[in-house]
Amino acid sequence: MKYIDEFRDPGLARKLAESIAAEAAPDRHYYLMEFCGGHTHAIFRYGVQDLMPENVSFVHGPGCPVCVLPVRRLDDAVELAERHGVILCTYGDMMRVPGTKQRSLIRAKADGADVRMVYSTVDALKVARENPEREVVFFAIGFETTTPPTAVAILQAEAEGLTNFSVFCNHVLTPAAIGHVLGSPDPRDLEKVRIDGFLGPSHVSAVIGSKPYEAGAELYRKPVVIAGFEPLDVMQSVLMLIRQINEGRYEVENQYTRVVTREGNRKAQALVDKVMERRDAFEWRGLGTVPDSALKIRDCYAAFDAEKRFEVSEKASREVKSCECPAILRGAKKPTDCKLFGTVCTPENPMGSCMVSSEGACAAYWSYGRFREPDKSKEAAA
Amino acid sequence: MNRMNDTFRTGAVDMSHGGGGRAMAELIRDLFHRHLANPVLDQGHDAALFEVPAGRLVMSTDGHVISPLFFPGGDIGSLAVHGTLNDVAMAGARPLYMTAGFILEEGFPLADLERIVISMAKAAEDAGVPIVTGDTKVVERGKGDGVFITTTGLGVVPEGVRIAVDKARSGQAILLSGSVGDHGVAILSKRENLEFETEIRSDSAALHTLVAAMVDAVPGISVLRDPTRGGLASTLNEIARSARVGMELEEADIPVKPDVAAACELLGLDPLYVANEGKLICLCEAADAERLLAVMRSHPRGEEAALIGRVVEDENGMVRMRTGFGGQRVVDWLAGEQLPRIC
Repeated sequence: MKYIDEFRDPGLARKLAESIAAEAAPDRHYYLMEFCGGHTHAIFRYGVQDLMPENVSFVHGPGCPVCVLPVRRLDDAVELAERHGVILCTYGDMMRVPGTKQRSLIRAKADGADVRMVYSTVDALKVARENPEREVVFFAIGFETTTPPTAVAILQAEAEGLTNFSVFCNHVLTPAAIGHVLGSPDPRDLEKVRIDGFLGPSHVSAVIGSKPYEAGAELYRKPVVIAGFEPLDVMQSVLMLIRQINEGRYEVENQYTRVVTREGNRKAQALVDKVMERRDAFEWRGLGTVPDSALKIRDCYAAFDAEKRFEVSEKASREVKSCECPAILRGAKKPTDCKLFGTVCTPENPMGSCMVSSEGACAAYWSYGRFREPDKSKEAAA
Repeated sequence: MNRMNDTFRTGAVDMSHGGGGRAMAELIRDLFHRHLANPVLDQGHDAALFEVPAGRLVMSTDGHVISPLFFPGGDIGSLAVHGTLNDVAMAGARPLYMTAGFILEEGFPLADLERIVISMAKAAEDAGVPIVTGDTKVVERGKGDGVFITTTGLGVVPEGVRIAVDKARSGQAILLSGSVGDHGVAILSKRENLEFETEIRSDSAALHTLVAAMVDAVPGISVLRDPTRGGLASTLNEIARSARVGMELEEADIPVKPDVAAACELLGLDPLYVANEGKLICLCEAADAERLLAVMRSHPRGEEAALIGRVVEDENGMVRMRTGFGGQRVVDWLAGEQLPRIC
């Protein structure tokens, strides 16, 4: 496959592995956080860890949109579908995430709620056009990558005069989350989370550019390398990070130059800015309430804002007790530190969001990497 | 006959076609019997009456609910024949007879139904396996999705052949008859909300003649499976778990067509989990692998056959793979439903 195989070449991988092994100082350990679930997935799917020396470790970050959505917001989506009787359009991964008392959208659908899996906002608009007598809500989640299509959908709905379409907006912002991980660590994690540098988001950065990370890199003195999602991208970025760390630099470098510029996609940024504005704060699963970390729909587009069109009840949303997703999302624990991992929590029967999405650290560990870990069932028996 | 032909061109299924009266009798006579004719069916009984040879018999049944009904490389009719024939063949058996049950939705165009039945008839004739009895029911509009077809197959296992999952042993070779993911991608390319341009056609095909050639050459084949729903990965996991063995695969040796790989890349799918309807996995002694591969490659359904890995000791039944990139990973079961309604 042209433009794909080049970035998965095993010969180049071996050469990069040799350079990394040669340049990583033997007397220290390198802890690199890959922010995005897409990187976590690539690392496990291609076995990138096998090509790293012993003293280079990946710390998995919170950049999995399905994983960081708090249970409360998911419960709200279930309520929209069940109590308000809307057609709820959602990306597929979101269907299986368990909410309070394991109530997921897929269960709500089985009980008769009209929940439909869509591949894009275009599909959701189509559903709205085809069902003029029904209210259609698009369950918008994701980082800056998926935000512009949501903004476009709202503008399109306005242009067409689609009055039965609205968006339940849960879009979140990456730089705020990185800053939070570094600047306001959970007191429980002190001395547990060590991060020497970041593999920065690839698709997110295609939209926002590399510039928004510069202030954080300077403030917290941590290098960032914007990295592509292919395995060779990851390896080259690791090498760039190791060089920065060795030289005491903390710059924002861009490995993913074939897609990302410093300024990003200005047209996409303008579209988002037209339709959405920052929330004062937003709750993230794992990170808690993070200031300036999410978007809401501007008042002038209130007609398309599901939060304004429908009233959702106050509810006592609760995660599964002893699910370690929050600590895993902060990089404080590994999936295998969780008591539920691989015992009651598996991709077939997920207890927490990190086991649902293919970008979640638990799912990646379980589906691709569990041969690296001692067998828990045997340990339990011993 | 002419009157019925007009009906087929313009008409639709209605409740009377399942009511047991004249309309149903005409539908059965002018559509099902006409296209599927064979001596056993032509007896016209509710139950088919036939001789069976001595030996071990194999029986399998399969319901087909695919959407869309027509897709590049086949339709629900040919698929319903191939799917069941393959299930019978995976026991090493020679299929003898089939049955077909139809659930039709009120309003379904008779022209489409005829197209499906003609396609079934051709698939059965090509395979040399007659459909000897059947059943038709009609459900109200909105209670079905056009047409559902359930087929059952009966076959006989040749003397000396014993294919069973518990014969999987450490050291055996894992063979695959051709490229994976073709069927699932072909179906997906025609899904209403996902249409994309591709030349990929479903691999839907009957595999019993390939199996016959294989068991003839190597009667001691241990395991045969067709990796349908859940794809290659899930089928290998089924075998590994049942037989309490591990597997080690070489990603670079697993054939995937470039178009399939590209479509999967675009859609975020893994071809190892995408369905096939004309491929088989075979476990055999390592010493027989080359001979068996040669036999497979000389058959039209196995031209791209490849040795993709080997069975190893592991009572936890883990399937591992050396990635094309040079690392290692687990190849797990498919979680949930990657693509619903593909067969």
